[in-house]
Parts: sequence; structure tokens; C-alpha cells
Amino acid sequence: MSLVRNFPAVSILLCLFAGIISSGLKKRAAEYVNTILIFVAGLLSLCTLLYILETGQMFVYVMGKFPAPWGNEIRAGVLEAFTALFFCIIMLLSLVGGRKKLADEVEEGKTFLYYVLMDLLLASLLALVYTNDLFTAYVFVEINTIAACGLIMIRQNGRTIEAAARYMIMSLLGSGLLLMGICMLYDLTGHLLMSNIKEQMKWVYLAGHYKIPMLVTIALMSVGLAIKSALFPFHAWLPDAYGYSTVSSAAILSSLVSKGYIFLLIKIIYRVIGFEVFYESRIMDVLFAFGLMGMIFGSISAIRENDIRRMIAFSSVAQIGYIYMGIGMGTQAGMEASVFHILSHAATKSLLFIAAIGLTEVSGGSRQFIELTGSAYRNKWAGVAFTVGSLSMVGVPLFSGFISKLLFAQAAVQNDVKMLPALIVLGISTILNAIYFMKTVIRIYTPVEEHKYGSMTFKDMKLYVAALFSFIILNVALGVSSQPIVDLIGQGLAMFS
Amino acid sequence: MGANLFSNYGEAVAMILFGIGFGNLLLQSNLIKKIIGLNIMDTAIYLFLAEKGYIENRVAPIVTDGVQSMEVYINPIPSGLVLTGIVVSVSVSALMLSITIRLYQRYQTLDLDEISTRLKKEGL
Repeated sequence: MSLVRNFPAVSILLCLFAGIISSGLKKRAAEYVNTILIFVAGLLSLCTLLYILETGQMFVYVMGKFPAPWGNEIRAGVLEAFTALFFCIIMLLSLVGGRKKLADEVEEGKTFLYYVLMDLLLASLLALVYTNDLFTAYVFVEINTIAACGLIMIRQNGRTIEAAARYMIMSLLGSGLLLMGICMLYDLTGHLLMSNIKEQMKWVYLAGHYKIPMLVTIALMSVGLAIKSALFPFHAWLPDAYGYSTVSSAAILSSLVSKGYIFLLIKIIYRVIGFEVFYESRIMDVLFAFGLMGMIFGSISAIRENDIRRMIAFSSVAQIGYIYMGIGMGTQAGMEASVFHILSHAATKSLLFIAAIGLTEVSGGSRQFIELTGSAYRNKWAGVAFTVGSLSMVGVPLFSGFISKLLFAQAAVQNDVKMLPALIVLGISTILNAIYFMKTVIRIYTPVEEHKYGSMTFKDMKLYVAALFSFIILNVALGVSSQPIVDLIGQGLAMFS
Repeated sequence: MGANLFSNYGEAVAMILFGIGFGNLLLQSNLIKKIIGLNIMDTAIYLFLAEKGYIENRVAPIVTDGVQSMEVYINPIPSGLVLTGIVVSVSVSALMLSITIRLYQRYQTLDLDEISTRLKKEGL
């Protein structure tokens, strides 16, 4: 057995232990531990990815002494390792980008707790990505929720506590449904490991038994995870939670936490229920419809917003809609487009959040558009980064957003029934995206006569600029050399089943 | 259908309780009532699991008097799931209660909708 096979389990355990150790450390030490941890976790994921690419097949790691139908397992394929690596990169960059601001936003004595929460969040994300056991997935979903809630309310003001309460309530509704779904699935099949459930599901499905319980189970799990990842009608908590928490929290919540749940849903579709059974259940039509509605209503809410952070938050609602539209398409191409959009949106949305904080910083801390006029001249780097993020979101070639829109359109064409609504809504949503992002870009590049606020120079913010620059490179890399990544996603999805 | 419902009354009760809890968590505006709803919802799931895991005329899977036959004991996994679930639900309830305390100290009310309107007025 090769050493690399231990890496996924080791990376999860490392994160958990780092969280425990950091709770007894001083602020600086916790920060270092966290940075090193994310770096190491990323490195381990990279090794795992290379190992899988070399051997050409996924591997299963048995936790503890008990073999398959009883014990707990970790499973690593191409897509799992790649997503874990990507999550680590985004998390590291978001933290580096928001680090300077963190000192103003979080009380001095509580900074180490921020890093404890971050360690636990990374542990739960990695576990969600790697686990092969449904109940373990549920437990880590809850850990993820608790850590995310802490990240929202660590900045203490009325808004964030209220947002955390609302976030908690919606998340708990979602996880209640998910748990009920898992329990019913356990009753139907008698297993908790994903591969065993799928085998049994196939028999149950072929024999034609338990049609209604199966439908209910699939619906419960899909709706539960949809609520947790803020699909359109369940997004009420989102703007406040993203808009008022610390900037790194906002970037990580929008680009990683909700994506972790979507990744779990995709995994459940492929590895637990089976794509054919899921397809037959027609739940995907519901997801498709809500995805389309989210694309339009999220964008409309974003246009009406006067606050830059809340505008970006509402744009997340629209982008989550895109991902669910791809899942709801019911084709392999749609699923690939969704997974690509998970990556592309993660890279872009965290860039936008981090860039926006640079712009508000040079506008007296105000987030209203009227104050932001001309801010791109006062903070050139943030201005450029925000423009890149906006162009990517709108879907201009060269950037990652273009490729995901292209993939969605290609997937839509392959599906006769859903082609027309998908293409129409994709078009409308792109126009709406362009309206509010370009409005903002024009606003920040409008020169002002009087100079109320000072500007920032490169010397003040070396790390911040480095983070922005890395994000831009990541974005362009996803946009320019998309084909290898799309192939990788296809290979990973093929390994799922 | 009716006969099935009657013979599986435990599961039926669990589902009804789940609905009650879900509704409370979603619709009540009082935070404490929401938390009570959350607990009813979680407990309903445990009832469902316990009901499914129990096999009549068998005992808890603790080996007594050296009897190792599988026919004597019930399935231990649902009980294990219930225990794990209880741990999760306790920690989540504690977190919700602490948020409630924070909000009450700030706004002297437990009504989430009223807190929202006050926040809008503050214009923070």
C-alpha cells in the first residue's frame, strides 16, 4: 500500500488537530498554524491528485479495522482530490487578502478563535469532499454549519448576530431534511456506505419496489442540501450574512461553504442514488426550475441594491442558480458545466469580495455606491481586480466565467425540452449581470473633482495585492486553459459511478 | 394503506412530529419557540430510527450469558446513529441558545421579526 493513500485521511485529521491546538495559542501563532495547515492540506491533495492520475483509478481508504459494509471509508478520485486542492487554494488566498482588514473587524482577543473556526471549516470541507459514508457526511455538514455560523458572528454587531441566527435556522431546516432522508435511505437499503447503498438501490429500483419512499428520500436530500446552499427561494439569510461579516468570511462562505454542500449533492446523485434513478425521479426538473428563477431574481435583487457587498452577495444567489440549472439539465454535459462553474464561481466571487474591501477602504469605509465614485483611482489594484472579477462574472472571453457560460449553453443545446428556457434565461441573466457589474465598474472609474479620501499605495498592501494578483491569474488560467480542467472533471465524474 | 398506517403507527407519529417541529422552526418568530421546534424535529428523527431499528422479542445488543447468536439481538446501528444525532443536536441547540442570549441582551426581545425591523431602522 502506497503512502499516498493515507493522505486524504491525514489531511482531515491534521485540520481537526490544528483546530484543537490553535484554541490554546496566541493570535500570531494561530495565524501561522492556520497558514501552514492550509498549505500542507493543499500539498497533500496535490500529491493525492497526482497519484490518482498516475495510477488511473480511484482508491478507497478504510478507517479503522472494520471492512466494507460495516466500517467507515474515505474515497479519493480525481474530482475529489482536485476539488480539495482548489478549496485549499481559494481559502489561503481569501485569508491572505482579508488579513489586514481582520484586525479592524474582529476584537483583539478573539482573533485566534477565527483561525480555530477556519481550521474546523477546512476539516469539514475536506471530509465532505472525501467521505464515502453518508452519516459521516451528515456529521461534517453540521460541523461545517457551526463553523460557518461562528465565522459570521465573530464580528460583533447587531446585524451579524441576526444574520447568524437566520443562517442557523435555515441551515438547521436543511440538515433536518437531509438527516431524515439519510435515515429513510438507511431503512430502504440497510447500508450507510455510499457504494453499498447504490448497489442495493439498483436492485430496489429494478424490482420496482418502494417507489414512493424512494421519491420522498431523494426529494428530502435534494431539498435539504438546496436549502443549505441557498438556492433561490431559501436565500433570505444570504445577503446579510455575506454583507456584514468579515471580508474573508464572506469570501469563504460564498465560494467554499455553499459549494461544499453542492459537491455533496452531486456526490449523492452519482454515488448514492445513481444517475438513472435520480433522472427518473424528476426531482431534477424542480431543481432546474428553481435554478432558473434564482438566476433572474438574484440578479434583479442585485440591481436594486445600493451597497456593494450586498450586491455581490445577491449575485451569488444568481450564480448558485446557474449551478442548479446545470444539475437539473440531467445530462453529463450539464453536470460538467455545473462542476466547472463551482470552481469558476469560487475563484471569481472571492476575488470580488476581496477587491470590494479595498475599494470601500479608500472610500471612508462606506459601502454605498455614491461614496465609491472614483475609488478605483485611489486604489488602483483593487480597481483592476474588481474589473477582472466583473468581466468574468458577465462572461467575457479570456476569463473563467465565459467558459462556464459556454459549457452551460452547450449542455442546454443537447437537451431538447430544456434548451429553450435554459438559453433564454441564460441570455437574460447575462444581460442583468452586465447591467449591475458594469454599472459598478463605471462608477468606480468615474473621476471625482474633490479629493475627500486619501489613496492607498502599493507599499501599504503588499500581501493584499499579491492575493488579488493570484486570484486574477487563477481566473485567467481557468478561462484560457479550460480544456484540461474540463477533461479532468469529466474523468472525475466518470470515476464517480 | 390504512392497515399499513396502523401497523407502522410509530413511524407515522414520528413523521407527524417531524412536521410539527419543522413548521415551528420555520414559522414561529419567537426564537425560543424556534429552538423547541428544532428539538421536536430532531427527536422525531430519533424516534423514527429507534422504531425502525427495533425487532420484536429481541433485546439490546449487549452480550449476556455468552449468547452470541444474531437472532437474539436487535440491530445496533440505528441506536448508534441516534446517539451521534443527539450529540449533534445538543451542540446545535447550545449554539442557537447562545445566539438567542446575545440578541436578547442587545434588543430586549426574542421576536426575530421585530429585531429585523429595528435593525432596518438603525440603518446599520
